[in-house]
Amino acid sequence: MDFSDTPQEAEFRAEAQAFLAANAKLRPENSHAYRSRAFNDEDVQHSKAWQATKAKAGFAGFHWPKKYGGREGSQMQAIIFAQEEEKYSVPPGIFNQGVGMALPTIMSCGTPAQAERYARPALFGEEVWCQLFSEPAAGSDLAGLRTKAERQGDEWVINGQKVWTSNAHFSQFAMLVARSNPDVPKHQGLTFFILDMATPGVEVRRIKQISGTSNFCEVFLTDVRIPDANRLGAVGDGWKVAMTMLANERFTVAQAEGPDFDDILPLVKQVLLDGKAAIEDSAVREKLAVWYCQAQGLKYTRLRMQTALSRGKTPGPEASIGKLVSASKLQEIAAFGIDLLGQSGAVMDGELAPYNAWFQHALLYAPGKRIAGGTDEVLRNIIAERVLKMPPELRVDKGMAFNQIPTGLR
Amino acid sequence: MNFEFSDDVTTMREEVHRFLTEQLPAGVVRQRIDAGARFDEDLWSKIAEMGWLGAAIPEEFGGVELGYEALCMIAEELGRALPSVPFASSIYLAGQAIVLFGSQAQKTGYLPRLADGSLIGTFALAEGAGDPKPNAVHARVTAGRLTGTKMPVFDGMVADFAVVAAQAEAGEPGLFIVDLTAHGVTRRAIESLDLGRAAAEIQFDGATAELLPLAQDWHAVTALLDRAAILFAFEQVGGAQAALAMALNYAQNRYAFGRPLAALQALKHKLADIYVLTELARSNAYFGAWALDSNAPELASAAAAARLSANEAFYQAAKENIQIHGGMGFTWESDCHLFYRRAKQMAGNLGSARYWRNRLIDRLLTQNENIKAA
Repeated sequence: MDFSDTPQEAEFRAEAQAFLAANAKLRPENSHAYRSRAFNDEDVQHSKAWQATKAKAGFAGFHWPKKYGGREGSQMQAIIFAQEEEKYSVPPGIFNQGVGMALPTIMSCGTPAQAERYARPALFGEEVWCQLFSEPAAGSDLAGLRTKAERQGDEWVINGQKVWTSNAHFSQFAMLVARSNPDVPKHQGLTFFILDMATPGVEVRRIKQISGTSNFCEVFLTDVRIPDANRLGAVGDGWKVAMTMLANERFTVAQAEGPDFDDILPLVKQVLLDGKAAIEDSAVREKLAVWYCQAQGLKYTRLRMQTALSRGKTPGPEASIGKLVSASKLQEIAAFGIDLLGQSGAVMDGELAPYNAWFQHALLYAPGKRIAGGTDEVLRNIIAERVLKMPPELRVDKGMAFNQIPTGLR
Repeated sequence: MNFEFSDDVTTMREEVHRFLTEQLPAGVVRQRIDAGARFDEDLWSKIAEMGWLGAAIPEEFGGVELGYEALCMIAEELGRALPSVPFASSIYLAGQAIVLFGSQAQKTGYLPRLADGSLIGTFALAEGAGDPKPNAVHARVTAGRLTGTKMPVFDGMVADFAVVAAQAEAGEPGLFIVDLTAHGVTRRAIESLDLGRAAAEIQFDGATAELLPLAQDWHAVTALLDRAAILFAFEQVGGAQAALAMALNYAQNRYAFGRPLAALQALKHKLADIYVLTELARSNAYFGAWALDSNAPELASAAAAARLSANEAFYQAAKENIQIHGGMGFTWESDCHLFYRRAKQMAGNLGSARYWRNRLIDRLLTQNENIKAA
């Protein structure tokens, strides 16, 4: 066992460090970076500029082909760069959907003309992508989506509603899955499209979340016309294309953000319980020890996966562990940070509550972390079925034509 | 970045795994316990022949010096197979105490015989209920003679000698080697939760005690416990994995309501959670192995995290393995209880979870202070 970089990795890390030092500012120590507001136009401009700077210097699209501006490097390089970038104050990443998910999918399932058209603008931060998958009636059961796609000559006409779309309000393009045939079983009747968000009939509304902020949108699609040239993959192959894309997602959202053990530790050293630092209290110690063990366990599980990656293996469904454990840990730590303050736990004034009311904010974003990118329950099913090889869930809609499936509405 | 066992150790694991599977087909561990054997002497001598006992003993003292990574891997495989052998007592505890703190003469005298299995050692720390604390040690050595009572001493009936924690004439408790077959030692078997790790109560009444020269204070005891905790954690991870595999196998093959139990979501989620606990414990144990192998400054916190995670994973896996087996799991012949018993024996043996949580937090606080001061 050896935590040091291989000579090639060390060389790349040094390159990344030199690039970052020349182009960004170090993040101050102990800065609790969280954002209680949604991205605004200025954030988006900064993010685009930073993405362009990285892409021009060869620090984006690490495993993309060179002909599209990529590096033809390794997944390890992407990891090393992310580790180094984390030490700097840089604009928020809004390109994961495009660079990390849409374009790799277009490159593997689309035509060369499509890849040619969309790759560079995404990589260089000119075009932002979002994902039009979930619907009000299709979340974990994504294949039950109802947005209709009807062929009319060389075009498709789309009608329906999508939801939980991050970044839709400033995205230029979307990956869209819609139902092109309701008369066949649900997985077989889907088709995948590239949608220009400026097309007439696309209406984006912000969703107000339980925290009061709006990070997500709902997208209404009314008689939206998409040229057949913007179809990705064959008619009826939408599920296959979507799965290709989601395979990339679970690894990218592998870890929920803080507060984590390192954030609660300073608080329990400051807060007094019965006249003594909370850290002296054995009930507090017990909780802290559990979170430390979880945080360390996740850290080293990640390193084990990186080892597999650096040896050219693909991370499997084991990657689900990171999100499953970290999302609940975050929620518990947030709740505990509030409990610790007793009568003032519910104070959300940033001047009065520790760390600019981070724990209170976290309490309100934590529930979303347990849902987005696969709910706790779906992740447990994935681990049970794909890692432990337990039987799949009974599906009463199996083999049934989509329009015959009970919905509770008809 | 390489956070995996080396290729050599991985290759050796296959051998170790195959050997233990061949030697201990299903039911054999229990049958040998039922037959009333003190311990599995036949397996012990075979293990000695394979060189496992000397994995972390230097070559100059008769070991094969494969390193701690190899010993961790062996520990994991033994945890899976659950044999009744005094491996933990003799190798992780007594053997390591001599490797770390012994004089040249003690090393020459004991290590080659520990490595070839002709001598069995154990560790005598506890004096009844409670956690490892200097003020809980009442056994005392005066003019080279030990008096006091140790209980429980695991594998105490089969060991030839013990490394005993006792108060020296001045200062904190240190570690002494005591011949358990000599005059002034009375031992009696006491019933143990873990049927494969029989316990003893040992009374010392003027027995000859020989100081381990580098173990004159409590520091030595905690250093030994830290290192043993990591090896224990690998056994526990192996045990958790085996109990999970057993539960999974049963759930896949037992049908109820027209389908395998494994198809029920309540069971899928339960086993998914146990898999997650086991993988987190494994990752923490890996970091412990690295810390052990490199004698890293993080060794103490790594040991505590490894131990606490492994305790939890093993106990949950063993407990739910019985539950998933239903009434069958409650029978002696199901073997589920062997894991359940060992999980609790191992969780207490080096001190309770509460003790290790406190040590972890204390350690992290001083690590933090040190970072601040620097």
